[in-house]
Amino acid sequence: MNAVKDVKVKNKSKSPGGSKNPIVRSFDKWKAWIYLLPAIILLLIFTVWPIINTLRMSMLVNYNPMKAVGGATFKFGFENFTKVVSYPKFKQVLGTTMLLCVTTVPISTMLALIISVCLNAIKPFKRFLQTIFFLPYVTNSIAIGMVFAAMFNIVGSFLGSSNEAIQSAGIINNMLGFFTGNKDFYINWINAGSSYTSNIIVMIIYIVWNALPFKILILLGGLQSVNKQYYEAAKVDGTSRVRTFWRITVPMLSPMIAYVVITGFIGGFKEYSSIVGIFGDSMGPAGDAGRLNTMVGFIYDAIDSNAGRASAAALILFGIILIVTLINLWVSKKRVHY
Amino acid sequence: MKVVLQNLTKIFPSRNKKSKEEVVAVNDFDFEIPDGKLVGLLGPSGCGKSTTLYMISGLQKPTSGRIFFGEDDVTDLPPEKRGIGLVFQNYALYPHMTVKQNILFPLQNLKGADKMTKEDMIKQAYEAAKLVQIDNLMDRKPNELSGGQQQRVAIARALVKMPRVLLLDEPLSNLDARLRLQTREEIRRIQRETKITTVFVTHDQEEAMSISDVIVVMKLGVVQQIGAPQDVYDSPENLFVAKFLGTPPINVFTGRVEAEKLYIGDAAVLDVPGVKDSEKVFVGVRPEGFIINENGPLECRIFGVDVMGRDVSVVSTHEASLNPTVRSIIDADNRPAPGAETVRFLLKPHKVFLFDGETEKRIYF
Repeated sequence: MNAVKDVKVKNKSKSPGGSKNPIVRSFDKWKAWIYLLPAIILLLIFTVWPIINTLRMSMLVNYNPMKAVGGATFKFGFENFTKVVSYPKFKQVLGTTMLLCVTTVPISTMLALIISVCLNAIKPFKRFLQTIFFLPYVTNSIAIGMVFAAMFNIVGSFLGSSNEAIQSAGIINNMLGFFTGNKDFYINWINAGSSYTSNIIVMIIYIVWNALPFKILILLGGLQSVNKQYYEAAKVDGTSRVRTFWRITVPMLSPMIAYVVITGFIGGFKEYSSIVGIFGDSMGPAGDAGRLNTMVGFIYDAIDSNAGRASAAALILFGIILIVTLINLWVSKKRVHY
Repeated sequence: MKVVLQNLTKIFPSRNKKSKEEVVAVNDFDFEIPDGKLVGLLGPSGCGKSTTLYMISGLQKPTSGRIFFGEDDVTDLPPEKRGIGLVFQNYALYPHMTVKQNILFPLQNLKGADKMTKEDMIKQAYEAAKLVQIDNLMDRKPNELSGGQQQRVAIARALVKMPRVLLLDEPLSNLDARLRLQTREEIRRIQRETKITTVFVTHDQEEAMSISDVIVVMKLGVVQQIGAPQDVYDSPENLFVAKFLGTPPINVFTGRVEAEKLYIGDAAVLDVPGVKDSEKVFVGVRPEGFIINENGPLECRIFGVDVMGRDVSVVSTHEASLNPTVRSIIDADNRPAPGAETVRFLLKPHKVFLFDGETEKRIYF
């Protein structure tokens, strides 16, 4: 505050008469810009230029930076976009990405809502439990992925053959076996020969688990800022718990829920490292590499061979995220009570 | 519906685990609120008045004692089963609902045999809204209303279920001075029209005096005095009550009683028949209890004269006064001569209260 005041006072004292020194006078004029300059330069180099360059590359057919350095020129046009869209692989990665988005965002939001309401309701060990629920957020997602992979991984040959020798079926399968008492219920989650569905289930569990802490943090913060008198008023009026949740808690939290859903979708469309965490760079179980590839993975794959198409794919992803976010905002305008 | 509070006590356990210091918020409150009356719980902050209200509402459980609504023991009933309407200090209107939805909300919660049809609900909501004169604002959101209008919505929401008891927690504290006057008349009118037994909490003695049928003065969890506002004002039972009621506040002097005469300083100001000799008593004199008289026994140094139109307020000082100044209200015709440095007062006996120097209890004479 004081600093702001000082600057204002100084400006006032100098501007009417003007400083006698022209250098000081022009410095005053450009002061704000000079202060902003370091940040502006960095943003221009590392954010603005790459965006412009992506746009440029996407318009240059089959652009390849190596060839460009070698002096090659590229035709201008929209061919990169049409090529990318017509790839069967593109449709596949778009499908996987969308599938992960539309499943994990609602599931994780609902779970986070329930957990944060519960966390807010209990008194003993509140801090301790909050810390525990927040732990995944500060843990490296690749490390979590490796632990998850170990939980679902089967070491040794899996069923099917007569001389099967499972050394470890992973915690999840062991639990399934424990509750069903039958090893036939073991599921091939992520190993060679596993089905797409089981792969996706593993990914959903992992992504939801990974997404929970941030959402819980936001929603819990929102819950704690809701005036308790609303609940007392509801109690006096004889409102049931379920009705209190839907008619009071959810509307009161709606700004936070909207925020969590919008950022969830944006993050969901950029899903990549979670899949690397479980399946590695191959983006799929052994023998079926690339099966779980996502939009971001697709872009990364394309960069080396054809930067033009990678740029086009990146812009398409940008467009999709933009549209989804606009839809989200449009819906929240009707449903969110600020 | 009369409300009976029987030995009501609320003890909050100490927050700090090391010191076992408990907070006795309400101590042995015994009181019967007559049917259809407006009762004001009055006291400074922390006196337990809100806790009492919340115990009547059921939001807080008493540590001991019972609460009856009529003949029903409601002590162990949850708030929703008691049939109360509660208006919160900050109204607690649901911000995402319109006025109409807010008022309908309690009705929509009704279950089983009490369940109402949509038409009945809307009809009843409009009736409640008409009672508080907000039926033209039904489609607004709370944040589009003024403070006074929000207050009315809160009252309508509390009334819509036809509660047996209406409870108001500091209903006027969030309103500006003018609206406060208007709203307290409104509350009085609504209470008279509905005849619902109403309890309200306030720290503003003027507010409590002006609209209550009965006021309950509390201090540190202990009831000090219960009675009709005028009675409590005219005959306070102890120094605290005397000091708490009245604007301008009562003037308190230290004095002594000798041979049935009351002395303030060296002057014998009043005959107090039947009062035992005492080295130290507190003397409370209401501002309207002074008469200017050149032979009056109590001499004060004039500090200033505030003109208020019909009356003047003579601000003076006296060394035995516990207040920084002695404030007396005098008919404008009898005001002290301009430039006078001292003024002499006679005291009206029925405006003078004696209190024991130790216990601060009233000494009657």
